[in-house]
Amino acid sequence: MTAQRTLATSGRVLRQLRHDPRTVALMLVVPCLLMTLLRYLYDGQVQVFDRVAPVLLVLFPFTVMFVVTSVAMLRERSSGTLERLLTTPMGKGDLLAGYGLAFGGAAVIQVGLVLALVLGPLGLQIHGDLSALAVVALLDALLGTALGLFLSAFANSEFQAVQFLPAFVLPQLLLCGLFAPRAQMLPILDWLSSVMPLTYAVDAATRAAASATWTPDLGTDVLVVAACIPLFLILGAGTLRRRTP
Amino acid sequence: MNAIEISHLRVLRGGRVVLPDLSCTVSSGIITGLLGPSGSGKTTLIRAIVGVQRVLSGQLTVLGRPAGSPELRRLVGYVTQSPSVYADLTVSENLAYFASMAGVARSAVPAVIETVSLGAFRQTPVSQLSGGERARVSLAAALLPAPRLLVLDEPTVGLDPVLRQELWDLFHRLAQDGVSFLISSHVMDEAGRCQQLILLREGRVLATGTPPDLLRHTETKSLEEAFLRLIAAEVTS
Ligand SMILES: Nc1ncnc2c1ncn2[C@@H]1O[C@H](COP(=O)(O)OP(=O)(O)O)[C@@H](O)[C@H]1O
Ligand SMILES: [Mg+2]
Repeated sequence: MTAQRTLATSGRVLRQLRHDPRTVALMLVVPCLLMTLLRYLYDGQVQVFDRVAPVLLVLFPFTVMFVVTSVAMLRERSSGTLERLLTTPMGKGDLLAGYGLAFGGAAVIQVGLVLALVLGPLGLQIHGDLSALAVVALLDALLGTALGLFLSAFANSEFQAVQFLPAFVLPQLLLCGLFAPRAQMLPILDWLSSVMPLTYAVDAATRAAASATWTPDLGTDVLVVAACIPLFLILGAGTLRRRTP
Repeated sequence: MNAIEISHLRVLRGGRVVLPDLSCTVSSGIITGLLGPSGSGKTTLIRAIVGVQRVLSGQLTVLGRPAGSPELRRLVGYVTQSPSVYADLTVSENLAYFASMAGVARSAVPAVIETVSLGAFRQTPVSQLSGGERARVSLAAALLPAPRLLVLDEPTVGLDPVLRQELWDLFHRLAQDGVSFLISSHVMDEAGRCQQLILLREGRVLATGTPPDLLRHTETKSLEEAFLRLIAAEVTS
């Protein structure tokens, strides 16, 4: 693995995005539109918007990066470019880190735009630490990328890859505590919730928005999310086989 | 010295035995053709040689090292049967990226684009190229690091005769400079352009030799006929 190859890979991934302006527009505009929709949905209950908006702020980059990465990686496999790359001196780490950097960078822009929108025109009241919220959102984008890289190995077609969103992301969303408080869940569901990375991400967003300082609980959440990123990247590297049957 | 030495290679592909027990050699500095009908196992054998195919047993030595050794990644160029390039990038962007991966200066890109006669398409996205043009982008990517062994899987399929001639001239020029070639094809009329042939059928080596040898041995006038005669001889024996 070398810095030069990693950077060349993220440059290539970003160049592919640039040749696809519609995807870029969807990535950047859709979260803003949904946020605006949410704001006027709760027009009479601004405190509900204040509670839900931070959570959505971290969910957008997670889901978008998850889908984009898994489809991009699937195309890399089905087009034969992955096989070609694995016959060159390039390391698997170059590919994974290159993707992470590229989509992490795209997520910074996405999160920055949504943040500017909700804090400005939409008038979100945040009592907490803005920088913590931004860090959590970025980590979530990287988590989505890492999970997408890993899970793409188990999809044989774009149809399957896209279905991983309802299959792997929706259950995490349902169980993360947003719809029903975890304390009221059946023990088995609460246990499931406790092993799902998104639970900690959503928890971190809520805490970051609520407290002006870094609390130990926020620190734990951020650590769990941050640790899941290399975990899924390593699992992803395991799926990049040079030799296939 | 031999560029490739294969002995008693056994390979399963997707759970089926594709190469039951294959032995052959590929000499250095010449063009060896791997000829056989579709489904005979050419791609499987090539994938084993470049180290992306899991093999069950047998010995496979490439440039003196076991196939798949990390050092071989700098020395062996591989062109897959269907072009493996990024459809959404331009020709130049594709090659600049593959140059970085191979550890070659990006300044090598324009020359290699000329080599495969794609100068007019430098800034064209690959998705807008024809099949033959895409195949040449894929070939250019393999030429970039100036490999000592080039393994090409049906590189001239679908090309017009003039371009095909140009590419064969290029292969012969590179071979004269000491590059070894293994080129697969299912079209017998390509066989005559090779210096050495390996005829493959149903995962077995039917015959090896130079084109004149094969013609003399089978007492035929064309390699197509020679191939048919060899199959018939195998069936009766
Ligand atoms: N991805 C694959 N999975 C399972 N079997 C395959 C796959 N690709 C090829 N085969 C089988 O392996 C055999 C040899 O195929 P291949 O090596 O591609 O032959 P050729 O390149 O000479 O056309 C064929 O019978 C084919 O059906
Ligand atoms: Mg083939």
